[in-house]
Amino acid sequence: MIKVLKPGLFSTVQDLGRFGYQDLGVPYSGVMDMQAAKIANVLLNNREDSAVLEMTMTGPALHFNAHTIICLTGADISAKLNSKALSNYELIKVQPNDVLSFGALKKGFRCYLSIMGGFKTEICMQSRSMYTGVTSNNRLLKGDYLEVEENHVMLSNKNAGLKIDTTYMDSSIVDVFRGPEFHLLSKEQQEELLNNDFSISNYNNRMAYQLNELLDNNLSPIITSPVLPGTVQLTPSGKIIILMRDCQTTGGYPRIFQLTVQGINSIAQKRTGQNITFNLRK
Amino acid sequence: MSSYQPTYKRYNEQAILIEWPTDINTRILSEILRYKEKIELVLNQEVSEVRSAYQSLLIIYKSYVTDVSGAIDVLKAVYTSDVELKPLTSKIWKVPVCYDDRFGWDLEEMSLSKKISKGRIIKLHSEVIYTVYFIGFLPGFLYLGGLNEMLFTPRKATPRMNIRKGAVAIGGRQTGIYPNDSPAGWHIIGNSPIDFFKPKASLPCFAKAGDRIQFIPISLKEYASIEKLIEEGYYNLDSEVWHD
Repeated sequence: MIKVLKPGLFSTVQDLGRFGYQDLGVPYSGVMDMQAAKIANVLLNNREDSAVLEMTMTGPALHFNAHTIICLTGADISAKLNSKALSNYELIKVQPNDVLSFGALKKGFRCYLSIMGGFKTEICMQSRSMYTGVTSNNRLLKGDYLEVEENHVMLSNKNAGLKIDTTYMDSSIVDVFRGPEFHLLSKEQQEELLNNDFSISNYNNRMAYQLNELLDNNLSPIITSPVLPGTVQLTPSGKIIILMRDCQTTGGYPRIFQLTVQGINSIAQKRTGQNITFNLRK
Repeated sequence: MSSYQPTYKRYNEQAILIEWPTDINTRILSEILRYKEKIELVLNQEVSEVRSAYQSLLIIYKSYVTDVSGAIDVLKAVYTSDVELKPLTSKIWKVPVCYDDRFGWDLEEMSLSKKISKGRIIKLHSEVIYTVYFIGFLPGFLYLGGLNEMLFTPRKATPRMNIRKGAVAIGGRQTGIYPNDSPAGWHIIGNSPIDFFKPKASLPCFAKAGDRIQFIPISLKEYASIEKLIEEGYYNLDSEVWHD
């Protein structure tokens, strides 16, 4: 068991998502940065869809009551086990009464904690991903207990020399496909979208990232149509909205871009004020 | 079946979007649902999900689609193929709704602005048989077609922060039921005690695209007894097989 001493700003248990329920209006959910979460599991020899803890901007404080091995990936939030500073992408042995805590955010925005065997929280509609109205809890709260496996394993190899490419986390270039309504934009609008820098507004969460800059827009809303995580919508008032993992299943705004999988991972590591540019994939 | 010429577009690494003319009608709906069934039957090895909306299908593949035009050719072949399909089994669901002032928060205002009596609004809303086009927006939120034009009402300028689960509402040209407590920009005219989304049930939503919905006006007293029966697990929602 793990006891949540402090939940952090917004910490949730996530796996790769809830599939097969979109036609009931249920969002996919799942980890925002799939690359970081998959690596966190792979390093522990877990299945890549094992549930991990996704921590946003500030980390929680967790009290362990089991022998096991953990791994941190994604954002660097100055993790410590008891008083010892930890590095990301390394295997860490923990014992009962160890406390994992976090400090200042140094890089990225979302950190992932994997644990041997994965987190054993409630499964709802074939997924452990927390989502309001589907799972009992939509985020970690102080005093929660998270069930984990007991694993007495010797840790010999500490992944020395393992090089993990995390350039996507810092990159401001976001790869996109043309969205279904991209062709309805004027030449000027298309050029403005592809040649200008945009910045992340403070309306950003697991559902969507809104950008600060507006695009002059005279497109009408569209007939309600399917959307996916990574769909970029343009509202009648010219707001640009990037849908993320907890987004609705359908939407009525023109879909001007669709982010690549790596583009979504990259946005998931961005915070308010950071700049991005859209790069059209051939 | 091929009375329309849908268009095909790549959506992302592993999805293709198929679109019909921008219109809301049951002919397009049944064509979409037949096509969806065919794809699920013939391409079940490579396709993980087929999602439908008013006039589109989004095909999600299990892995990245490297040859997009090849995949589109396969989809087109499936479209025109004569696959044996079971006849569509649609149902009509009789959904009880209490239009009492206790639930119909905006009925009075609608009645005044439209100069139609509350009783007439209730009649116009409950005499129609609505078509379920798809489920979206929120888990269990049915997109219904068929609202009487006299009831079209622009959305509220300022949405309510929280409305009660089961709220029956009108927004623009649409009517719907909120499956859970949520913020809402639509006009609330009643409430249904029925659960539209049960995440822990084997069948989380009773209705599906192509089904029909009819609202049955009930009194406050009936509402209370249905609510009680649901709570104790003894309530069965009335339905019949629907033939076009």
